[in-house]
Order: sequence, then structure tokens, then C-alpha cells
Amino acid sequence: MFSAPPFWQNGPAPGSFYDFPNMQPQVQPNDFRQHTQSPVTTSTSLVAVTYDKGIIIAGDLLASYGSLARYRNCPRIVKVNNNIILGSSGDYADFQYVQNFIEQKVISDECLDDGITLKPKSLYCWLTRILYNRRSKMDPLWNNFIVAGIQDGEPFLGTVDKQGTAYSDKIICTGYGAHIATPMLRDALDNKPQLTQAEARAQVERCMEVLYYRDARSFPKYQLGIIDADQGVSIEGPLQVAQNWSVAHSIKGY
Amino acid sequence: MSLVVKPNFPDYQTAPVQRGFNPYADNGGSVVAIAGDDFVIIGADTRLSAGFSIYTREQNKLFPLSSTTVLGCSGCWCDTLTLTRILKSRMQMYQQEHNKTMSTTACAQMLSTMLYYKRFFPYYISNVLVGLDNDGKGVVYSYDPIGHCEKRTHRAGGSAGALLQPLLDNQIGKKNMLNVKEEPVSQQRALSIIKDVFISAAERDIYTGDSILINIITKDGIKEETFQLRKD
Repeated sequence: MFSAPPFWQNGPAPGSFYDFPNMQPQVQPNDFRQHTQSPVTTSTSLVAVTYDKGIIIAGDLLASYGSLARYRNCPRIVKVNNNIILGSSGDYADFQYVQNFIEQKVISDECLDDGITLKPKSLYCWLTRILYNRRSKMDPLWNNFIVAGIQDGEPFLGTVDKQGTAYSDKIICTGYGAHIATPMLRDALDNKPQLTQAEARAQVERCMEVLYYRDARSFPKYQLGIIDADQGVSIEGPLQVAQNWSVAHSIKGY
Repeated sequence: MSLVVKPNFPDYQTAPVQRGFNPYADNGGSVVAIAGDDFVIIGADTRLSAGFSIYTREQNKLFPLSSTTVLGCSGCWCDTLTLTRILKSRMQMYQQEHNKTMSTTACAQMLSTMLYYKRFFPYYISNVLVGLDNDGKGVVYSYDPIGHCEKRTHRAGGSAGALLQPLLDNQIGKKNMLNVKEEPVSQQRALSIIKDVFISAAERDIYTGDSILINIITKDGIKEETFQLRKD
């Protein structure tokens, strides 16, 4: 490579910096920490859709070690209180860490005994801050959270990812579901903007079925969380994906 | 040259994989603003996306800071959420300390300072701040992610910024045209240019589309308007 001589004796070469004489050599810090681990025990997609009076959210019970289906009974759709359901995909340990945190918050709320409970939008906002704070430390919580709830009689569905990117919409799917289930649900909502609970449930079940066929990290055992303005919170499961492999033999070319 | 294709099965690799973490995301979105003598118009598309996924088709990216000031943000959405939340509380603190609302010019300076404060871990946002100045004249301030601030009459920022700015320079700034007379842009013309410009952006930029939210700021307050774009 071409390099020009320095401008003067011991001076900088064109394009490089001047080295001040008698400077102490820069000492590397030895107390540094390496962050940004990769996720270990991971869970796959979540599917959530809003219907006229509430929200349905589904996610399977599998926690994988890479491609190994390691733990096969890991619930990740949980009731927070009477008006919030929390779902998580991504690292299962990070989810449990956040879950413990939230459980303690709910207990503290209860102890005040003032009848005021955590609201969905408050939890959603709080999660945004927690995750953004951790991403700013370059030590993220490797999760995609979905908050489903009823606030002021209206369904609220929001999501936060590991960077703190947050948005709310009528349809939210994470992981592989964002590519496979979101278009299916958007199509369903284009045909009928206000689904009933039964219709929404049918759509979500169809999504779980297709995801089981197409997502190699999925599992046929899943949970269904329903939060309804009238009926409150219910977590159903374990449910089984209705499998039909009768056409599988005709699929060729992969 | 060997014609044998080396198989690649990442799931079956035994070597440890270091998963990189990128604190920033490009969530796309475009903001266009045009200032006139007694008004200013700002428009932002409502698509929030990442890569080839559309997160949501109805995301408001305009943040009213006072009755005469609006901020439009595009870029990294998590930074936008944080910045606008801090801005909102700074506006409230100013209001309560001085018992008056912060002027647009003061907002513009504060935003620049707040962005530069994070010089070495910046908010990755393309900001466009619009409002009426102390004389009631429309102003547009545009920023880079680390706080460089510029006052102008028209600005396109965000994912389609590079696509739209020359068009605005031509249509609003009357650049590169012969025999044109400089005259202030009317509110009606500014509004139709913003709509046209977004239609064009939605054709060429995958991060711009779905619909636009427009804020028209005059001495009478902020008027909101929406306009549908292509949703593919």
C-alpha cells in the first residue's frame, strides 16, 4: 500500500493523527463486561387478534434449545390481573425474570388495597421502558411481549420487542407468526372488520394449525388466552392443534 | 472452479454462534413539511415497518408539543418513543416553571440540545419540527440524528426524504426553473403538493404507504386530516 512520508520529523503522515510525545500508553480497562448474550431457551410465535369485545391470544407450550424441543410444558401466556393477559416469545428465562417482576408489582398493588389495579396501557408503557433501558445498556431482554387487556371497556392489544419498539394494533403476531399468521388474520379482518369471539377463535386456531405445519420450532400443544369485556380473563389449555396430514404426501419439490 | 455446492445447515453447526444485537432498528416512515406566511403543514405516513414486515398500518408519527408546534419523527421507533416522551415532560416542566408555553423557536433549540446530548449513542431519528414563530409565520426546522438544526421553508425527511426533497425544492423552492417569480406558497397548494408527493413516495419506497396524517397549523390551532395511500 502507498504511504506518504510524515510532514516533518516524527510528525503525522498525511491522513493520520499526530502522536503526542511523552504520552503514557493507553491502558485498556480490565473491568469491562461483555453483554449481549444470545437467547438460549426460546419459545416461538404468538398470535393475537382483537374481536368486538375482547382479545384472543395463542402460543404453544414449547421452549426450545435451538432446534431441540427441550421443554414441552412451558406456559407463556399468563394472567396478570383481571384486566391484563401477558404473552411472551423469545428467551424463556428473560420472560420468567420479567414475570416475577410483574407479579411483585401486582402484589404491591393489592397490598395498597385502594381498589386501583394495574391497567393494560400502564403495563405496556412500563415494559417499553424496561426493555428500552436494557437495550440502551446493550444487555437486552431477548423477548417480544404482547399485552392484551381491557381498558375503559375497550380492548387494548400492544407489543414491545427487545429494542423497546412498541406499537398497538388489532392484530399482533410475533416470530414466525409475523410472516405467516399476520397476513391470514389481516385478510380475515379485511373481509369482516368486527369479528365475534367465536370467529376470532376459529381464525386463531387456524393460524396455530398452519404455524404447526410450517414452523419447525412449533409444537401441537398450545394455550389460548381470552380476555373479554364481559367474561373477564380465561386461559385455556393445554389444547391440541387439529392436525391433518392427509395431503402431506402430495407436497413435492422441497 | 468446483461445481459442488457446499451444504449449509446452520442448525447442525457445533461451533458456538455469537448472536449480534443491534440496538437500532430502521422502522421507516417519511415526514414532509411545508411552511407558508401564516401557516405550516406537516404530513407523515402511518406505516410502521421493519425489513419486509409491516408492523402496523396506522401509526401516528406526528407529536403535538404545544398548540403551535408539532414534531414529526421517522427512523428508529424505539428512540422516537423515548425522545418524544422526554420532550413532552420537558414541555410540561417549562410550562410549570415559567407559567407560559414554550415558543416554537425555543422548542427547536431544545430539541437540538437534547439530540446532541446523546452525541455518542444517538437517537436514530430524522426529526422535522414545525410551528408558528413569535410573529405567526410558519417555520420548519429539520435535524440530523445528532442535533444539527436547520431552518427552512420545506423539508422531506425519513425513508423517502432523498426521493422527495428535490421535488419540493423544485415545486416550492422554484429551483432549476426559468422565468419563475418568487411568491409565497398558498395553503391549498402546499396541501395538494404534500398529498401528491406522498403518492409518489408510496410508489417507489416500500417503507412509505398505507395512509398519511396531516397537521395544518394556523393561528386558529391545529387541524388534522388523513389521506389514504396504497396499502401494498
